[in-house]
Amino acid sequence: MPLLLVMSQLRHIAAERDTAQRREARISGLVWNGSDSPMKRYSAFAVVREALRWHSGWERAWKSPEPKRYYDVIIIGAGGHGLATAYYLGRNFGITNVAVLEKGWLGGGNTGRNTTIIRSNYLQDPSAAIYEKARALYEDLSQELNYNVMFSPRGVMMLAQTHHEMRGYQRTAHANALQGVKTEWISPQRVKELVPIINIDGPRYPVLGALWQERGGTARHDAVAWGYARACSGMGIDIIQKCEVTAIRTENGKVTGVDTTKGAIDCNKLGIVVAGHSGVLANMAGFRLPIESVALQALVSEPIKPCMDVVVMANTVHGYMSQSDKGEMVIGGGADGFNNYTQRGSFHHIEETVRALIETFPMLSRLKMLRQWGGIVDMTGDRSPILSKTPVENIFINCGWGTGGFKSIPGSGWGFAELMATGQSSLCAAFSLDRFKEGRFIDESVAAGVAH
Amino acid sequence: MLILHCPYCGVDADETELAPGGEAHLKRAGPDSSDEEFHDYLFARENPRGVHFERWRHAAGCGKWFHAARDTATLEVFGTYPAQTTEPPREIRARISVRRPGWTWREFS
Repeated sequence: MPLLLVMSQLRHIAAERDTAQRREARISGLVWNGSDSPMKRYSAFAVVREALRWHSGWERAWKSPEPKRYYDVIIIGAGGHGLATAYYLGRNFGITNVAVLEKGWLGGGNTGRNTTIIRSNYLQDPSAAIYEKARALYEDLSQELNYNVMFSPRGVMMLAQTHHEMRGYQRTAHANALQGVKTEWISPQRVKELVPIINIDGPRYPVLGALWQERGGTARHDAVAWGYARACSGMGIDIIQKCEVTAIRTENGKVTGVDTTKGAIDCNKLGIVVAGHSGVLANMAGFRLPIESVALQALVSEPIKPCMDVVVMANTVHGYMSQSDKGEMVIGGGADGFNNYTQRGSFHHIEETVRALIETFPMLSRLKMLRQWGGIVDMTGDRSPILSKTPVENIFINCGWGTGGFKSIPGSGWGFAELMATGQSSLCAAFSLDRFKEGRFIDESVAAGVAH
Repeated sequence: MLILHCPYCGVDADETELAPGGEAHLKRAGPDSSDEEFHDYLFARENPRGVHFERWRHAAGCGKWFHAARDTATLEVFGTYPAQTTEPPREIRARISVRRPGWTWREFS
């Protein structure tokens, strides 16, 4: 009897807390699903509440509505960047008559295929601005979205294994100091302290030091997409999966809508945020992009006990590695050199990556590799993204993130939403499509020299 | 692994023997060209999902440049042909038409 009493008491408290949270949610408007009952907030308390009622109260994280005939804004692509754009359109500009169209499933493209590294230690000022904005937003993204994206600022180091690279990273460290991005140049001994499993002696690839960003790290990539999707859905934004855009309709040089596998949908503004398939969509809209799509691949090992609690990038040997919370060593390699839309890369790149990493991390030689996969990355000539208006009025494009898109999702969404809502954004200005014609490159290919 | 037939030395070369050289049949923009033409020559690319023509070099073999016709969505190779041409030869285009009826690439089909 006493136990039942306690339980009934707990349920009573739960009901009260629930009402209070609904009220709070209604006031803040952040998790509003457009109907009379606001989306339930996730909390430790909700876990207890659901435990007490056989988990009967959990809702779908986001709705799957049929498309309406018209939206103010259509975003093509429900990956991290597309969902973040939709989220900040609603959050910062109150634009919620928005649809996010996805031909496959949510976050099934590069958002779910990257190696989850977050850093902002870029050389050029416009890059540092947008990547640092993104990194800063990642810091409290879980609280903002009420969804645990598992941001883990464990620190990112980029190894210098040649003298050329050493000078390059020292220059980047100085540039970062001027940009207000906290990075530092660290010695080989410090590298060894931070990463005991590393071999810093060479002979082929000696570690000469590293560029260290203490607040860089990783996040759960799927959760970033899911968290944004849930928050979007809560604001009344429609996320429509399995809906492929087959044509883009324009009239007098202005977009009027799209044709999809779920019928025609009209819109006032259109945002194309489709990474690898940007060229295909641009072709539908009638313009060409300075982009080539190639495969980039990654692999993970069997899970092992914790052995490395930072992210290490070894750009000279084209390898980067971190340990996931499951214990798998997550390894990324170099991109293929030829156009490819198959989401699988060339096998010899894996061999190259692993062969080189084994010299730096000898313990890897004993590990079995479990899975390998590829994604299609959209590479621009200067390895910097394009967030821009296009030759067609009211079509905006966010693409060209190449091998480094995941880390920039919140900043990209923030800036691109501003660009779409107001027509200009200080974060995006330098990344316009006409920079190639005008020669205003934001050259990160030289600065990074590798997939990132 | 991609395997391309080198039209010069006749070897079926593995990808590791080859160096990719990007889109084929680009026309170099001269000093009299406009900004637009320079931009297109330097940066604008077909980047198709489907039939594509590329330059490759048999780097770890005879060292010569040649052309390849491929499908970027399936990795099917339609054929390779020598570098001394400014457009895809007729027999390669015919071969593609058999496999991909209605294909287009720039002005070719």
